[in-house]
Amino acid sequence: MHELSLCRSIAGIAGDHSAGHSVERVRVRIGALRQVVPETLVYCWGVLNEGTDLAGSTLEVEHVPAAIDCTACGAHTLLMLPALRCGTCNSSDVVLVSGEEFLVTSLDLTEA
Amino acid sequence: MGRFHRHADGTAHDHSGGDGHDHDDDHRDVGDHSGYDSGPLRVEVLERILGENDRTAAANAEDFASAGVSVVNLMSSPGAGKTLLLQRTLERLASTTRVGIVEGDIETSLDADRLTGLGAAVSLVNTGNGFGGECHLDATMVRSALPRLPLADLDLVIIENVGNLVCPAEFAVGEHTRAMVYSVTEGEEKPLKYPVMFRAVEMVVVNKVDLLPHLDFDLDLFLANLADVNPGVRTVLTSARTGEGVDAWCAWLTGITDS
Repeated sequence: MHELSLCRSIAGIAGDHSAGHSVERVRVRIGALRQVVPETLVYCWGVLNEGTDLAGSTLEVEHVPAAIDCTACGAHTLLMLPALRCGTCNSSDVVLVSGEEFLVTSLDLTEA
Repeated sequence: MGRFHRHADGTAHDHSGGDGHDHDDDHRDVGDHSGYDSGPLRVEVLERILGENDRTAAANAEDFASAGVSVVNLMSSPGAGKTLLLQRTLERLASTTRVGIVEGDIETSLDADRLTGLGAAVSLVNTGNGFGGECHLDATMVRSALPRLPLADLDLVIIENVGNLVCPAEFAVGEHTRAMVYSVTEGEEKPLKYPVMFRAVEMVVVNKVDLLPHLDFDLDLFLANLADVNPGVRTVLTSARTGEGVDAWCAWLTGITDS
């Protein structure tokens, strides 16, 4: 359970970019291979920010599925399991093209 | 969808309904909203969530490099046998390699106590002590442990992370490489359930193999699952209890030292 640590980091980034304005919404993009539980992250966000400038702000989690491109046959496979095998030809000669994202993407700001 | 629009300064946002904010607010300091009856300003950030941790990890890595010490971050679930493996490791390496240990635990010095007196310098980090009871070591916690190690006099530092198959894998601490101890009592499917950890490491120590005759554990299936999530990962079969495979593990560790 490292969601609280992640929320501290996200809050720090939001503070760095809010330039004194009130933060209404923080958007994060998190890949499926990150093993972050979005509901837990949102819960921790509320708890962590009680009584701070970020109290009442919304954390919006954009969940990105894991996907691979097959080098052997060219097929694109969305992964249901983290096994890096082509869904078409079963080759393991694949390139992970999404699923490891871990970003704060944007903030919505209003006047403080 | 709400009213999506783009501002003269290049930012854009979407006024989805139901957020209840007042669109008559004065926004003159927040972008150019001329001609719009606007809500909040969207600011693009695109910053890595763990960027701050990674900057501290880079500082740790610089300290390791200037001291000429190699560092491995050793992770596992609780009870996989990390500490006993380290005891066996220190018994073998103490005469040839100067080893330091950063011992991470949520509470107690029990593991650190088991490792003292074996010729290594041990620095304990209790994550329950000022770090909010964290289930992992991050770069800042490791940094706090470094002043208690004579880095310049060491060849190898082994960071024994907090026992946990999820969180430690996310936090770089400045290490050169990562390894994990997995025990055969944990089940064949663990790589598929904890891909972040199994993908994060270069070496998986498959421990407690002395128990294999007593278990239904399918070693080949485990290795296939491991290869599916981390093609090319190295493995060594060990029993810290009997000593089997510990020399091969130590040879790999020493190889890090020489590299």
